[in-house]
Amino acid sequence: MAIHNILNTSGEWLRGEGPHNQIVVSSRVRLARNLKNFAFPGWAKKHDRLQILEAIKPQVEALPEMSDAFSVYSQDLSALEKQVLVERHLISREHAAKGVGSAVVMNRKQTLSIMINEEDHLRMQAIRAGLQLKNVFKMIDKADSALEDKLDFAFHPQLGYLTACPTNVGTGMRASAMVHLPALVLSEQINQVIQAVNKIGLAVRGLYGEGTEALGNLFQVSNQTTLGEKEDDIIARLHKVIEQIIEHEQNARQMLLQKKPKTLLDHIGRGYGILRHAYSMNSKEALNLLSFMKLGIDLSFFPEECRQPVDELFMETQPAHLQKGTQQKLAADERDSLRAEIIRAKLAGFPRPDVGASEPPPPPPSNGGTSSQN
Amino acid sequence: MNCDVCKTNQATVFLTQIVDGKMQKVNLCEGCSKEKGVTDPTGFALADLLLGLGAAHEMERGGGVQKCPTCGFSQADFKKTGRLGCATCYTTFADGLASLLKGMHKGTEHVGKVPARQARSLERESQLKNLQRDLRKAVSEEDYESAATIRDRIRHLDTE
Repeated sequence: MAIHNILNTSGEWLRGEGPHNQIVVSSRVRLARNLKNFAFPGWAKKHDRLQILEAIKPQVEALPEMSDAFSVYSQDLSALEKQVLVERHLISREHAAKGVGSAVVMNRKQTLSIMINEEDHLRMQAIRAGLQLKNVFKMIDKADSALEDKLDFAFHPQLGYLTACPTNVGTGMRASAMVHLPALVLSEQINQVIQAVNKIGLAVRGLYGEGTEALGNLFQVSNQTTLGEKEDDIIARLHKVIEQIIEHEQNARQMLLQKKPKTLLDHIGRGYGILRHAYSMNSKEALNLLSFMKLGIDLSFFPEECRQPVDELFMETQPAHLQKGTQQKLAADERDSLRAEIIRAKLAGFPRPDVGASEPPPPPPSNGGTSSQN
Repeated sequence: MNCDVCKTNQATVFLTQIVDGKMQKVNLCEGCSKEKGVTDPTGFALADLLLGLGAAHEMERGGGVQKCPTCGFSQADFKKTGRLGCATCYTTFADGLASLLKGMHKGTEHVGKVPARQARSLERESQLKNLQRDLRKAVSEEDYESAATIRDRIRHLDTE
């Protein structure tokens, strides 16, 4: 399969069908593995890295899940192509910086992606839409079991799977869910939630800008520890916590609707207005406004048909996705105007937010033919 | 203030993360912050970076100057990168790592998945150990008939 098949079709998880998919964008599990008799990639000599790569790559390609895979050496991808894969979470930023001696293999559905010679010899991940950590773990566990039959993994009876960074030793597993929490942010409860989650050994991350506001109100919740707990237990604990976060977010939304409907409508209305009429927009602003559009759709201020286009914009307005259609690299201001253009085009047919019973409808626009009453 | 990663450029990106009630700070220059993906809110790189740097710092306090016999990796290299050199490093630096891992993780013993092949050999090892213990016991009790049977079973396991 060629690179353009990957670049021109969005992965299954981006199309968003999955349990609790209004609040949970995606579930992801990654496993780190290393071969027994070689130095870790960061310390191995180039000659060794190539040998490791040639030992692993054919085995990965032979997995039944990879029967229609896209498999490529890192040096054969352009910087832009790598960036698109980063934006889709199919490779890490660290992997995007690699050249000769590394590779990535991913399935057609873009649900399974295996990096070779990233920080560890193998970084394998599965990603699906919505909250389905257990399924996602099963997917990657199956691939791992098939590979361990062919490859000799570095394993220590007491420490488990050995990894380049001691933070991953043990299961080598990092499980995470990306959650969209606009109401918890708006009602200023997000810090309490983050602190509560931190206390039980899970990490919450967003891009922290001013105050505690995260980019696009998107947060990633993941396990922090990998040693001393079974994979299934880690997954179950994370799943439970995510379910609680969903409940908190839903409660916060109801509270806002009842207690602060004007604040809520103001954010949604401004998001709609600016997105539809701006001529220049950076990716941070776009994500933050799209987040309120998404919230507006969840709360039925916009018809359900609006969901898919808005979800797509979250990805399409990212810098590399923006530029994959253009022939040359764009300067920041050119990207900002192209971004605004794409958003305007996509939202062109969107109706105004239907505020229904929660707010009196805005006064009808004055009709050109009749004279005004004052 | 210089960047914690490259140690050369001026740090312009300052990050704080609270994990388990412990605050971790890291200072980065523009270039390293991009390379390490700290601007990617959903990436795993930030956690790895923060934990790695903290880890190296703690191990340094443990002292020791040895090099890994397999890959030549040293404590100083760990401090620089926050990563180890090879699987043997876990044995070489076991003392320093023990307290580090204890502070970092939920437990000190792996209880999760074991590769099927290793599981078989671990199983055999423990069987062998039990048989050898039984053998010693039989010999000390001068029960040579049992000892002979046990010896045969050990031989059988060894040639498997």
